[in-house]
Amino acid sequence: MLRRLRLSDTVFRILTRSAALAVLALLGGVIFALFAGAWPALQKFGIGFITTETWNPVTETFGGIAPIYGTIVTSIIAMVIAVPIGLMIALFLTELCPPSLRRPIGIAIELLAGIPSIIYGIWGLFVFAPWFQLHVQEPVIEALDGVPLLGTLFGGNAYGIGTFTAGLILSIMILPFISAVTRDVLETVPSVLKEASYGLGATSWEVMWKVCLPYCSTGVVGGAMLALGRALGETMAVTFVIGNAHRIAPSLFAPGTSISATIANEFTEATTEIYTSSLIELGLILFFITFIVLSCAQLMLMRLERAKGK
Amino acid sequence: MILNQALYFRRRLVNAVFITLSIGAALFGLVWLAFILGALLKDGISAMSISLFTEITPPPGSAGGLLNAIFGSVVMSLGAVLIGTPIGIFAGTYLAEYARHGKLAFVVRFVNDILLSGPSIVTGLFIYELVVRPMHSFSAIAGTLALAVIVIPVVVRTTENMLLLVPNGLREAASALGAPQNHVIRAVTWKAARAGMITGVLLAVARISGETAPLLFTALGNNSMSMDITKPMASLPTVIFQFAISPFPDWHTLAWGGALLITATVLVLSIAARILENQKRT
Repeated sequence: MLRRLRLSDTVFRILTRSAALAVLALLGGVIFALFAGAWPALQKFGIGFITTETWNPVTETFGGIAPIYGTIVTSIIAMVIAVPIGLMIALFLTELCPPSLRRPIGIAIELLAGIPSIIYGIWGLFVFAPWFQLHVQEPVIEALDGVPLLGTLFGGNAYGIGTFTAGLILSIMILPFISAVTRDVLETVPSVLKEASYGLGATSWEVMWKVCLPYCSTGVVGGAMLALGRALGETMAVTFVIGNAHRIAPSLFAPGTSISATIANEFTEATTEIYTSSLIELGLILFFITFIVLSCAQLMLMRLERAKGK
Repeated sequence: MILNQALYFRRRLVNAVFITLSIGAALFGLVWLAFILGALLKDGISAMSISLFTEITPPPGSAGGLLNAIFGSVVMSLGAVLIGTPIGIFAGTYLAEYARHGKLAFVVRFVNDILLSGPSIVTGLFIYELVVRPMHSFSAIAGTLALAVIVIPVVVRTTENMLLLVPNGLREAASALGAPQNHVIRAVTWKAARAGMITGVLLAVARISGETAPLLFTALGNNSMSMDITKPMASLPTVIFQFAISPFPDWHTLAWGGALLITATVLVLSIAARILENQKRT
């Protein structure tokens, strides 16, 4: 009897342990599969893959700089918009909002995070892009025409879809992540600190900006990087609205492409081995960029956790 | 004194600007939500009809529904949950019960969190290399496995979090009665954390019901009714994608109908998860 119990204990332990190892194996498998799939392209194009703009299925020459550029630029646009606004929302919810409104507004913002990305995509394509083209792009292009730098960045034709639209929709998608993480870390600020500063006569703004944010800056940066990781890998919302043009245009309003949009649009159409392989190499590059960003985010949030534990 | 007055005034002004901006930021978020849900309701409800649930996806220009896509989504999501949940629960249990502070647990946690936020399109590529290429065919099996890869990290994370909330006194009491560790876990800790673990599974289902990218080149899609899991199978998200980027207005309507269905599913699941979580707290 005792031996049977001991055996069942061992079996259960091994079962849970192998499930945990399976999680590690998943990551290993992803890396291995991507390398294996990308191998023909890696061999053929070498390092030139990330510096060439040509993307020509007919002559079978592929270079990934345009999608890489698109991924990075859309993510930057998204971060520039979402980080300050997400921070403000978190500050509003923790400090300024009347307690009775706190829950409903918090839930509503979280709903934004729950909406699947394909919904952002279809909405962006049919509703937002036409509205944006008519009410924002056209006036802005007209107003900035002839202004150096800005005139180029926001010039050209108003298509509605394009790199900037994709970045803007991404920013709406990552907004709830930033505000949720910031809210969580703001709650780790000891109330003694806040009370002491209010007691010294500081205004809400001063308490937030000079006391709370410096106290939990690691967590805020970690949360922002987590959101960046999401923005870099986001597929459907971007694919619908970025325009799928394999070139680097000087204007942010022009159509472009991103790594994930390129893969989503072209993978099933790729007929030759080298075409498929090039797309997988793009996936490999995307995976490495997000892996680095997410690892940094993890490490920063972990440091915060440890500080909280003390 | 006059200087002080000026300084005081400036500080109050900065504060007022800050408060206005904060309220503006919250409104900004809410406006988008209203904008999206409004469009979804307007175009989605007009697309609702009985035929949406009884007919399969039509060729352009004729009437039809989304039956095959709904069927495919349900089958593949169920399969993914059946495969992913046990692995996720066991791995989460290992992290919380056996190796809480160990080195292996640290690495597994780290990797799991990366899988949790990693790009889902890469999951699609992974399953393509692992399943589709060797089988020489897109299939519902591949789609199911791709979704299972997304389910696992969600379940691992919630299971671990929920088990960590179980007070140690419970475990110690059970052990003191002579129960072997696996009995303690199965009969005491799992039971105590059950509501939370179900929440995790619901959240995982909510997450995969809208996933498109990993299905595009695993399950592919299918415009006829197929129950063969070794063949390509339609799913709501891929049909929405295919129909929305097409030039046909009938297909656009169907895409909106599908979009409303998915969003409603996700919202219902999230609300159910939230209610469960609150029940556990009280």
